[in-house]
Amino acid sequence: MSISIHIKKNFGGFCLQLDLEHPGGITGLLGPSGCGKSTALKCIAGIIKPDEGRIELDGRVLFDSKERVNLPPQERHVGYLFQNYALFPNMTVEGNIRCALRHKKNRREAEERLGSALSLMELSDCRRLYPRQISGGQQQRTALARILVSEPDMLLLDEPFSALDSYLREQMQSQIHRLLREYGKSVLLVSHSRDEIYYLCDHVAVMNRGRILRYGTVKEVFADPGSPAAALLTGCKNIAPARRLSEHEVEVPDWGVRLKTHDVVKEEHLEVGIRAHYFHPNARENLFPVYITGQREDPFESRILFRYQTQKEGTPDLWWRLPKDRTPQIMPKKLGISSHNVLLLYGEQKETDSADG
Amino acid sequence: MDLYPLINSLRIAAISCTIVFFAGICAAYYISGLPPVIKGLLDVFLTLPMVLPPTVCGYFLLILLGPKRPLGMLLKKAGLRFAMNWYGGIAAAVLVAFPLMYRTARGAFEGFDENLEYSGQTLGLSNTYIFWRIRMPVCRQGILAGVVLSFARALGEYGATSMLIGYVPGRTATISTTVYQLWRTNDERGAFFWVMVNLTISAVTMIIVNLLESGKKKTQ
Repeated sequence: MSISIHIKKNFGGFCLQLDLEHPGGITGLLGPSGCGKSTALKCIAGIIKPDEGRIELDGRVLFDSKERVNLPPQERHVGYLFQNYALFPNMTVEGNIRCALRHKKNRREAEERLGSALSLMELSDCRRLYPRQISGGQQQRTALARILVSEPDMLLLDEPFSALDSYLREQMQSQIHRLLREYGKSVLLVSHSRDEIYYLCDHVAVMNRGRILRYGTVKEVFADPGSPAAALLTGCKNIAPARRLSEHEVEVPDWGVRLKTHDVVKEEHLEVGIRAHYFHPNARENLFPVYITGQREDPFESRILFRYQTQKEGTPDLWWRLPKDRTPQIMPKKLGISSHNVLLLYGEQKETDSADG
Repeated sequence: MDLYPLINSLRIAAISCTIVFFAGICAAYYISGLPPVIKGLLDVFLTLPMVLPPTVCGYFLLILLGPKRPLGMLLKKAGLRFAMNWYGGIAAAVLVAFPLMYRTARGAFEGFDENLEYSGQTLGLSNTYIFWRIRMPVCRQGILAGVVLSFARALGEYGATSMLIGYVPGRTATISTTVYQLWRTNDERGAFFWVMVNLTISAVTMIIVNLLESGKKKTQ
């Protein structure tokens, strides 16, 4: 129930270097488009051959450049849900699922499995229809049914919800959530949506430019992303360079403020991140005068743009997000932030920053 | 009325079309996966017979298969003599029809969503199954168009055929060489008859293709 991946693949200007020990359960790969998430899945499935490294699934070697092992996809027993589902357009829903049952010698057993997959995925009504005649949700369920009847040892899901409209997406998310728990084997889910990852996964690996920046349980990583890039990817809106003043205080020149921090400041130069939801007009710590520069209303949320009175010119406005029913009539003159919610981010850019300063 | 040209033309077209079907598809499949430079070179080489005058193709065929050439002599020992024999027409038809099949098949394959192949592989389907049961049906329209074009081209082949196998009534005569011969010898009625035969075959082919297409659409 575990997978260990240590691979390298060079694409000219872009290098994918993946080191991941996945203990089982559902792990999310979170990253912007083009960061190598899908390529990583394709390497595991055997569609793309890495330049070097080793991939092991439940003790079975799928790929090893030193031992010259490179199992074809057919022998890896890894299910792959493609972003566009890749249903065979020349076959019906039933035909698509039956395809994955071809290796079953016992015809009757195969038909039983087909029947139960169709009813489990609520596809019985459209079993004789072709992929283009059914809805996006039904297409996805067909693709999943097809994969599950082939009994893979592991599941790879590539942006599984990106092709669905938002209503259907939430429905399918809860359905897949249930399904993955019951499935019980390793799952790697690729997504650029932090909400999806937070909801569906136990662990998350934050990826950027072909590398994993941070790996941990979802709660850990979202609470302490560790690096500016990971903070950005987990949805942190307000990030700025900072300098250490003491063990629990940093100076943020761009914002013209000094912030008290709960965590110990480990390095001289770092960046701080503040999640937009955590500002509060009545906070007791880090309370500084601000002025509002803009406001945007969503159905259930307000997004307020503001600047510190002391903020440097030319730096981006800060975000404050709060539920609509808590949006004040008169805008506060001061906003504060609990020292627990000041994220300390140590990045790869550290050296260039100090060179600039 | 001697119907030999009809039978001869049909068998040459049918056999060469079958050969071209497999050869064109194999070439298209393997070449579409090659690196760009090699792909470009092979592409030029394989498409050349389409843009060359058929007589030039016939010239090359004679050089290759002529009775006094090395390969021709080798084949003669094996009992095959392409020059002045009806099956020489197959060689000529294959050469000129191949580029049509190859190019249309390649176009069809390039429009094929490779994820379908990958998903088939991860589901444990063999590559042969994926090729014949998924790739080919999905690319059906392009492939079919290629077959029809090749068949029509093979049936209408004149230049290379007349150079390689000439016109011997009852032995090498095809519809197109017969039309020319009859016209040349002032047998206008005879020429008209064979023109009509050719027109009928072409029209029937097109009707069958259209029926196949609309029938397939209804079932999907």
